[in-house]
Amino acid sequence: MAVTMAQAINQALADAMAKDERVLIFGEDVGKLGGVFRVTDGLQATYGEDRVFDTPLAESGIIGTAIGLAMYGYRPVPEMQFDGFTYPAFEQIVSHLAKMPNRSRGTVKLPVTIRIPFGGGIGAVEHHSESPEAYWAHTAGLKVMTPGTPEDGYSMMREAIEMDDPVVFLEPKRRYWMKTDAAMPVTTEPARDAVVRRAGTDVSVFCYGPMVRTALDAAEAAADEGWSIEVVDLRSLSPLDTDAIVASVERTGRAIVVHEAARNLGIGAEVAARIQERAFYHLEAPVLRATGFDTPYPPAKLEEFWLPDVDRILDLVERALAY
Amino acid sequence: MPRHDPTEPSGALEALTTMWTIRRFEEALEDLYSRGMLHGTNHLSIGQEAVAVGACGALEDGDFITSTHRGHGHSIAHGADPEPMFAELLGRETGYCGGRGGSMHIADVGSGNLGANGIVAGSMTLAVGAALSQRLLGSSAVVLCFFGDGAANEGSFHEALNLAAVWELPVVFLCENNQYGMSMASDLSTAGGSVAGRGAAYGLEGVRLDGNDVIAVAEGVATAAAAAREGRGPALLEAITYRYRGHSKSDRNLYRTQDEIEEWRTERDPIARFEARLLEEGRLDREAIDGARQTARERIRDAVKAAVQAPEPTVDVLEEAVYARR
Repeated sequence: MAVTMAQAINQALADAMAKDERVLIFGEDVGKLGGVFRVTDGLQATYGEDRVFDTPLAESGIIGTAIGLAMYGYRPVPEMQFDGFTYPAFEQIVSHLAKMPNRSRGTVKLPVTIRIPFGGGIGAVEHHSESPEAYWAHTAGLKVMTPGTPEDGYSMMREAIEMDDPVVFLEPKRRYWMKTDAAMPVTTEPARDAVVRRAGTDVSVFCYGPMVRTALDAAEAAADEGWSIEVVDLRSLSPLDTDAIVASVERTGRAIVVHEAARNLGIGAEVAARIQERAFYHLEAPVLRATGFDTPYPPAKLEEFWLPDVDRILDLVERALAY
Repeated sequence: MPRHDPTEPSGALEALTTMWTIRRFEEALEDLYSRGMLHGTNHLSIGQEAVAVGACGALEDGDFITSTHRGHGHSIAHGADPEPMFAELLGRETGYCGGRGGSMHIADVGSGNLGANGIVAGSMTLAVGAALSQRLLGSSAVVLCFFGDGAANEGSFHEALNLAAVWELPVVFLCENNQYGMSMASDLSTAGGSVAGRGAAYGLEGVRLDGNDVIAVAEGVATAAAAAREGRGPALLEAITYRYRGHSKSDRNLYRTQDEIEEWRTERDPIARFEARLLEEGRLDREAIDGARQTARERIRDAVKAAVQAPEPTVDVLEEAVYARR
C-alpha cells in the first residue's frame, strides 16, 4: 500500500511516542484537528491529551515551553504551523534553544525537534511558502535537516527525535502527498550523510527537500539530451556533508545547486564556497545556482515562474557543459 | 514549608545575611571591575535585595526560579555559592557554566535555577515549560519567574501569562519594578499604569508589593506559591523597588536626579529598613545584626580570593559543547 510523506512522518511520530514516553507533541491545531497537513492525525486519540496537545497561537511561547520541558527530561516535538510562523519564535530558537547547551558546557541538553512545513508550490503566498533554512543553518547549535522522500520523512524524523541536539526539521509541504511503496518502518542512511539519488558523470546537481523530485525529473529529461546528471540529496543542511559534495564534484567536474530559497546568502552560496575551497582543480565550470529570486515569495499566479523547475535546471546544465 | 520565615528570628537572620551577601557580592564586582579584573558589563541589583531574598526564601526546596539580566541576587537567594558565581563572572573554569555564561547567564539547572538571561522577557516562556514538566512528572514544585518592568512590554510576557493561565500552571510571575527600563521610566512605558493590573487580562488578581520590604515580599510570594502548589494556577506579583546603580556600566544616570537616588537610598533602603524593624520589634539584637553583616563580608572575601585563583579556559574548549556528544 502506498504511503505518502505526510503519512510516513505521522508514522514516525507515532512510533517515537510509543517507544519513548518522554516524547511530547504540541502546537497550533495539532491535537483534535491533527494539524493543517494532517501530519499529527490521530496521535492525540492514541497518546492522550497530556502528550499531544493544542497550544494558543503563541509561537515564541511554544518554543519557550519546549525548552523548559527539555531542560527537565522531555523530548518535545513542537510544530510551527507554517514556515512564516517561525519568525515570532526566532528569538527563542536562536537565543536560547541553540545556545543553552553550549553555555552550560553540555550539562543542559535540549533534544527539541521543531517540525516546520516549509517551501512553496501550494499557491499559499508569502508567510505560508517561505524557505527559512539559511537562518537556522547559520546558527551554531542547531541541526537542520529536510527529507526529500517519504522514506527519509520516516527515518530522519525518528533520528531527529532521538538526537540530543535541537533539530529544525523542515518538511517540504508540496511533497507531503508524494508516495512510496516502501513499507514503514524503514531505516535510511544517517541524516548527516548526503545521498546520491541518481549517479551521473557530467554534472552534479545538489538539492534538498522539495527540490529533490524536481532535480530527478531534470536528470531524467537531461538523459534524453544525452547528458548524465548526478543528483545529490543533501538531507542535512547543518552540518553539511562536505565530503560527499566534494566527492561528487571530483567525479563530474561541474556543479549546480538547486533550492527554492532566495539566492542571496542561501545554502547554494555555502555549497559553492566549499566546492571552490576543496575541489577547485576539479572544476570544469563555475558552480551555478537555480534558486528562488531575491524577492519576497510571489503570489500564486507567479509561483511557477519563481520556483526553480526542470527547464531552469536544464538551462544551467547546458551552460555548465558549454565551458 | 518556606525555606525561611523572616518574621521568625532564625529566618530573619538568614534573610538579613543573604541580603548583605548579595550587596557585598555586587560591591565586590564593582571593585573587581574598577581594578580591571572583570571584563564586559554587568547589571547590579544593589537596592533591590529584598525582592530576591523575600521571594526565594518563600519557596520550598525543589522549587525553580528563572532570572533576568540583573540576576546575581536571585541566584544567591536561591542558594547559589558565591565562589563559582565570581568564577563565572571572571570567566574561569570553575564557574557555574565554566565561564561560558558570565554575569548574564549564571544557571544551575540541577538546583532548579534555569538561569539568568540576556534577553528581556526571554526566560518567561521557559518558566512555563518548566512548570509544565513538573506537572507532567507529578511534582508539586512551583516556578518563580523573575522579570523586570521593561519585560512587561515584550510579547513573551503576554504569551507566557496566557499560556500559564490557560493551562493553570504553577508559575509565580514576579515583576521586579525598579522603575526604569535602562533609561526609560516605567510609568512612561507601561500603559494602564501598572504591571500588576495586566493580570486582569488573564484572570489573575495581580498584586502590588512593597519590594523594599523583605517581609511583604515573602508573604506575597508565599501566598501565591501556596495557591499555585495547590493547583490554583499562576500569579502575577509586582514588587516596587529601586536600583541605586546605573542600568549597566555604560549608564551615566542622565534620566534621573541624584536627589531621587539619595531619597531611596537614605529613606527606603531595604537592608536598613529591615534592620531597624528587627531592632525595634526586638527580634534580633545589635550583635546578631552586626554578625550577619560580618558573615556576609567574610563569605564574599573568601569567595573572591578563591575565584581569582581558579584556572582560565583555553581556546580548545570553544567547540566542545556546541553540539551534544554521544
